[in-house]
Amino acid sequence: MTNSWTDIKNTDLVIVMGGNAAEAHPCGFKWVTEAKAHRGARLIVVDPRYNRTAAVSDYYAPIRPGSDIVFLMGLIRWLIENDKVNREYVTNYTNATFLVKDEFGWSDGLFTGYDEEKRDFDRSSWDYKIGEDGFAQVDMTLSDPRCVWNLLKSHVDVYTPEFVEDICGTPKDKFLHICEMIGECSAPDKVMTSMYALGWTQHSKGAQNIRGMAMVQLILGNMGMPGGGMNALRGHSNIQGLTDIGLMSNLIPGYLNIPTEKEPDYATYMSTRNFKPLRPNQTSYWQNYPKFMVSFMKAMWGDAATAENDWAYHYLPKLDVPTYDAMRMFELMKQGHVNIYFFQGFNALLSFPNRAKMTEAFSKLKLMVVMDPLATETSHFWENHGIYNEVDPASIQTEVLELPTTCFAEDEGALVNSGRWLQWHWAGATPPGEAKYDTWIMAQIFLRVRKLYEEEGGVFPDPILNLTWDYANPDDPTPAELAREMNGRALQPVYDTTDPTKVLVEAGKQVLNFSQLRDDGSTMCACWIYSGSWNEDGNNMARRDNSDPSGIGIYANWTFAWPLNRRILYNRASADMQGRPWDPARALMTWNGERWESPDVPDISPTAKPGDVMPFIMNAEGTSRLFARGMMRDGPFPTHMEPFESPVANIFNPKMRGNPASRVFVDDAEQFATSEEFPLVATSYRLTEHFHYWTKHNPVNSTLQPQFFVEISEELAAEKGIANGSRVRVWSKRGEVWAKAVVTKRIRPLTVRGKTVHVVGIPLHWGFMGAARKGFGPNSLTPVVGDANVETPEFKAFLVNVEPAEEEPVA
Amino acid sequence: MNIDLSRRGFLKLAGAGVAATSLGAMGFGEAEAAETAHVRAFKLTTTTETRNTCPYCSVACGIIMYSKGDVKVGEDADLIHIEGDVDHPTNRGTLCPKGAALKDFVKAPTRLTKPRYRAAGSNELVEISWDEALDKIARAVKDDRDANLVQFNEEGTPVNRWTTTGFLAASATTNETAWLTYKTVRSMGIVGFDNQARV
Repeated sequence: MTNSWTDIKNTDLVIVMGGNAAEAHPCGFKWVTEAKAHRGARLIVVDPRYNRTAAVSDYYAPIRPGSDIVFLMGLIRWLIENDKVNREYVTNYTNATFLVKDEFGWSDGLFTGYDEEKRDFDRSSWDYKIGEDGFAQVDMTLSDPRCVWNLLKSHVDVYTPEFVEDICGTPKDKFLHICEMIGECSAPDKVMTSMYALGWTQHSKGAQNIRGMAMVQLILGNMGMPGGGMNALRGHSNIQGLTDIGLMSNLIPGYLNIPTEKEPDYATYMSTRNFKPLRPNQTSYWQNYPKFMVSFMKAMWGDAATAENDWAYHYLPKLDVPTYDAMRMFELMKQGHVNIYFFQGFNALLSFPNRAKMTEAFSKLKLMVVMDPLATETSHFWENHGIYNEVDPASIQTEVLELPTTCFAEDEGALVNSGRWLQWHWAGATPPGEAKYDTWIMAQIFLRVRKLYEEEGGVFPDPILNLTWDYANPDDPTPAELAREMNGRALQPVYDTTDPTKVLVEAGKQVLNFSQLRDDGSTMCACWIYSGSWNEDGNNMARRDNSDPSGIGIYANWTFAWPLNRRILYNRASADMQGRPWDPARALMTWNGERWESPDVPDISPTAKPGDVMPFIMNAEGTSRLFARGMMRDGPFPTHMEPFESPVANIFNPKMRGNPASRVFVDDAEQFATSEEFPLVATSYRLTEHFHYWTKHNPVNSTLQPQFFVEISEELAAEKGIANGSRVRVWSKRGEVWAKAVVTKRIRPLTVRGKTVHVVGIPLHWGFMGAARKGFGPNSLTPVVGDANVETPEFKAFLVNVEPAEEEPVA
Repeated sequence: MNIDLSRRGFLKLAGAGVAATSLGAMGFGEAEAAETAHVRAFKLTTTTETRNTCPYCSVACGIIMYSKGDVKVGEDADLIHIEGDVDHPTNRGTLCPKGAALKDFVKAPTRLTKPRYRAAGSNELVEISWDEALDKIARAVKDDRDANLVQFNEEGTPVNRWTTTGFLAASATTNETAWLTYKTVRSMGIVGFDNQARV
């Protein structure tokens, strides 16, 4: 989230598209109810199903799964055509005025530079014209045909309301009604918020869905505003934190990058990371990258990381592919190239696409280690459960270790919520039996491996032997010790950059925040964006002062928000070029002639003059980006792409399947179906009574929603001869499931390119372990292909078929 | 005061919650003793309250956990109730159908309590000691790393990557667990590293 849950009360209009907050985030959704009741805010829902959020909406429109970009580009076209644009914002705070290279273009559904063989683009033309002064060229009058604004206008020209109706199946009158509601929020004193979740991310072009709405929010001038922003609801309690801390193949904590093998030394690695400002006077905050990187290396390897050895740069692995993400690893595993896999609180057997492939891959492992509070399907993948897990244990040679861990009630530490609040929690229960903290387990694994290297020697033991491990009890590092490492401390005295005689931080003291980090080895900090969370004031994540003097939902003394306790990102953009709030009734940032005044932490230097320094300080432009340059693998603007399994061909280019830049493995491609074989569109989702695959272990929630079902329309039920409550078989090219049929008015057939398209709704939450009745997850059916930028699997749009099935014999 | 008041009748008038103190103040000493003997104490009065947050979705509602016993002073603590934290700015005491049943997750019948091991081709998990399990892991990890760490690529560039062992991290562990996991995994050179945010 750019904003917070409590900030939603400030909005005038909520659009929920790509999520179902009333069902999946009920207590956060109450802030929508608050805005509706007390501000008169309205709620729009666009979704394939008339879901529980739609049930309390002011306006609902259906959409075909996987066609969101068409809707959003159509919306942008309408906003521009009807001049529902915050001109001052767009001209100054976005890159609308920037001139783009003449070679850049788009045709047949593809941007310039496509290489079909590589499934990749040469992105060199997707960039600005750079002038002789070294800065990007701009045209503040927006008249140059090569400026981003004019390129955007021509890019969206094809997305007429008729085109939207034809591709999305959304009736034109409903689409136009939504455009008008949203268009009102281009007024400086009207604000819309976007709430989305996995309904947008789980597509082969998920990142472009989200970009599409972010562009809408910039055109309306709603980024940085109270009640505005782009608000990712997020599915789990700490996936924000785990991503912040870089637990991904290619990340270093705080969104730094693991080097590739094309960066053989530190100087080469840093050479592409100088972040020189692209316009005069701009902040380009990533210029501080070396400070964060060196402080991270000192956190890892302490005295073994020195200026002379490039801060132990060679201790880091170097990638030969963009990422060894989970789907790549399972492909390698299936091919027999992986021996050991750890699953820490992750029920992968039900969480990744094509479960048959997962079982095949797991069966090739030598050793599987599962750490979990619960007995999961993953640690029991080798156990036969009839149709629910049809395997032969004797033929599976994988050894499995199932390790019991504590859960939230028994441990202490911080989780990061969707609004980036790091909330510390405390233990209130004794762990059951021999269950152990994950920290203890990780420490034990590390210390025992280190001991083997100490005793036996081995291959390149240096990064293991030199890893800092200065915990009071090495066997059991405490959450406080670990949190303090993430905040960072001075290893030597840290001096003031403007007055080298003045010591800012004594050696051994916690730094105040990341502004005190240095690139000379005098500081350590494990995760720079968390710096400030546990400084010499103590544990700021433990704060519980719920006062809100401004009344606009900031709650500045409740826990800690990264970065720097800032609650609304890009908040400088909530004021105009003179530094006056766009809406005085919702003032967040005001320039008093000398400095910024705000109940929040300003997202700009407190004395940066309005008009000089633009609000998007992390970007070298100083502006936000309607045109993403070469930063997205699949295009600088979102363009319509069909799902890999679609009922219709891509209207721009019938030969193009799915996202042309998505990575596809050969065996997986052979398992993509056509609409001739599988005519129905399926999508997956959550229910309010269950959380993922956890609550089916819980008798209360298993009683509330005991049994796996699928939802189909009355029309499809009639066509197939399926009665409400009867048993059906649903199958795809990869697998089959059996379920109760819920025949409902909530799903209606859509007309797409003259063809009737039926949608089948498949909730998750069932498996073969726990207290609920045995069932299936959608991943028995889904295809293995991910988003071109981030490899999130396409769970939200795929093809199936459905037929009546024999009832289960009564036991 | 000449009132013939049965205990039951008095409680009807005054309400159970204030009965004991009011009776005492009015000089009904014997009635107070009788009252104390008959009214069951409020279940949560002897519990320890602990602040926590819901581990499900990332609204991260504040919760209060009520336990018999206090882990902070080294006692065993048994969780008996969870409710919404009324002081929390986001949920203000409310919980959804999942959060309201959170205690049942902590006490789920399928909670794991002992390390278990499944041998190749076996049809069962058998209990194993922590020491045995951890030593087995350490041995396997060291042997696989020594056999498969790619120290240099074909150009001779040091790359120190290890692709034959992988690690999937969680979605609900703390930041502090995440950081210790990161240190361990990265120091060994594991690149097959991911968390639940991927899906």
